[in-house]
Amino acid sequence: MKLKTMRRDWDSRVFDTINITCLSIILIVILVPLWNVVISSFSSSKALAEGGFIFWPSELSLENYRAVFRDNSIGQSFFISIAKTAIGVVTHVLFCAMVAYGLSKNNVRGRKFYVTMGVITMFFSGGMIPTYLLIKSLGLLNSFWVYIIPALLSFYDVIILMNFFRNVPSSLEESAKIDGAGDWRVFLSIFIPLSMPAMATIAMFNGVSQWNDFMTTKLYITNEALYPLQMKLYEIIVQSQTQSMQNIGGSVIIETTTKGVQLATIVITTLPIVVIYPLLQRYFISGMMLGAVKE
Amino acid sequence: MSKASGYISEKPSVGHRIKQFFVDFVRQWEIQSMIWPGVIFMFIFCYIPIYGLTIAFKRYTVIDRIDSAPWVALENFEIILSDKFFWESVVNTLGISFLKLAIGFIVPIILAIMIYEVSLSGFKKFVQTISYLPHFLSWIVLGGMLINWFATTGLFNELLLALGIIDEPRNILLDPDKYWWIATLSDIWKEAGWGTILYLAVMAKIDPTYYEAAKIDGANRLKQIWHITIPNMKLMISLNLILTISGLLGSNLDQTLVLMNSQNREKAEVINSYVYRMGMTQGDFSYATAVGLGVSIVSVILLVSANAVTKRLNDNQSVL
Repeated sequence: MKLKTMRRDWDSRVFDTINITCLSIILIVILVPLWNVVISSFSSSKALAEGGFIFWPSELSLENYRAVFRDNSIGQSFFISIAKTAIGVVTHVLFCAMVAYGLSKNNVRGRKFYVTMGVITMFFSGGMIPTYLLIKSLGLLNSFWVYIIPALLSFYDVIILMNFFRNVPSSLEESAKIDGAGDWRVFLSIFIPLSMPAMATIAMFNGVSQWNDFMTTKLYITNEALYPLQMKLYEIIVQSQTQSMQNIGGSVIIETTTKGVQLATIVITTLPIVVIYPLLQRYFISGMMLGAVKE
Repeated sequence: MSKASGYISEKPSVGHRIKQFFVDFVRQWEIQSMIWPGVIFMFIFCYIPIYGLTIAFKRYTVIDRIDSAPWVALENFEIILSDKFFWESVVNTLGISFLKLAIGFIVPIILAIMIYEVSLSGFKKFVQTISYLPHFLSWIVLGGMLINWFATTGLFNELLLALGIIDEPRNILLDPDKYWWIATLSDIWKEAGWGTILYLAVMAKIDPTYYEAAKIDGANRLKQIWHITIPNMKLMISLNLILTISGLLGSNLDQTLVLMNSQNREKAEVINSYVYRMGMTQGDFSYATAVGLGVSIVSVILLVSANAVTKRLNDNQSVL
């Protein structure tokens, strides 16, 4: 019996060792490429042209970042990215919360119709071209508001908030109503403060997708003054690719300067995500679980 | 909703019910004023584009209005059948999707089990933190990174040279035959960690006494995984499988747009990017809409049949 237990402990230890080794390899596979990008963005164009490094370039320099900021448009893009994310998140969350609060009341006339109408939008959409034609006829092409208005409502988020509102004890609402508060007052001064955790979760995910979104720009915006960082980066990538394909065997210098600019822009574009990532992490599980709740 | 007027004993007439509806509606104006902006929004931004799908059956040009364009019945769909480039994009979409299904579906399950089995809580947290991170990078950022990793002086070539696997650096993004693998593996690199979250949430609910009982019966760790952990994940696995199968014809437009170049286009063009190219670049709105509509109809059929099959496998319990 004792021998058997020892043997099992041994098995278990072998299992743990293999498991942790494999996970460590996975960590390396994720971290090394990321590190390589970051450190490459800080290397001089000479070191970039020579290549030959993975962890540490032969010469460090800030010239790539200087080159990026010499171009004023990057500051403009940064501003657009921040503006569209901040305004987009606040309006999205408040708009969804308002609709969700209305739909969380069972005695609302026409509720079944409203909910059915919303659920259909979760499964069917007009797709790329009809949506483009709509945006065009609304005059939203080349307007900043195309980032905000079409993104106001997601019925998925409405359902999440609606379920959250339903779990708020009704006694709070009743006592406020006795004091003469209307629905809007109850919503703004009781439900909004109470549902901060749920709204924060939605805000986080919505914020990341606003920051990372590039298709909206690609489809509806041609005015470079309205380009967010993602689109700016895309332009740089496409430009340098066509350049380097023209220059196969040609001048290496152009390729490496654009490469340096590209790397620095990648880091700048990703930095805000990495900075709020620790904050974001608190909402992962709650966010996914909220999403998994069916109506 | 009829319960609201349940205090009326006899069944009220239709006219009375309509009147009651409006009386209630006006009485609830505050609540209704919260919902209606949403209703109007959905009408404009979701239902008008759904109506706009009719241009798939019309010959629509930029100067037309949607309702005045002439009907052409199924003409656009007939063109699809003989469109060589469309079918090329279908082959690429399916090829990449099946690779993603075969590998990308399994990896998060295995990774979740591996993370679940770690008992050092510090290490476990660290692995989770790092493996979720790539999910939050945009495809444009990751595309830019991939282009740099695969460049002739980039990480990938340096690594292979150092290991002696190749003698000459080559940019594999310019090699069409490698594209499907690049698309698949980069997607796995980005999403596998994030894909573990729901599995880990399910596993956290498994009753630990199962494992204790299995230990007493002499089951080793692998046996415990096989007989306890995996059966408990079955429902979540089939839910994910259904969603993956219904998405077989969907493809990642961001990924394709950033990784496609003139050299690998023949293997990189997928249905979504083809719709984009036909519609937005070439301005053939009707044709592009027809392609998109056809593909979404097939996707719905896939979803329904995948649900039916897994329902049978799961003892008639539907996961959707």
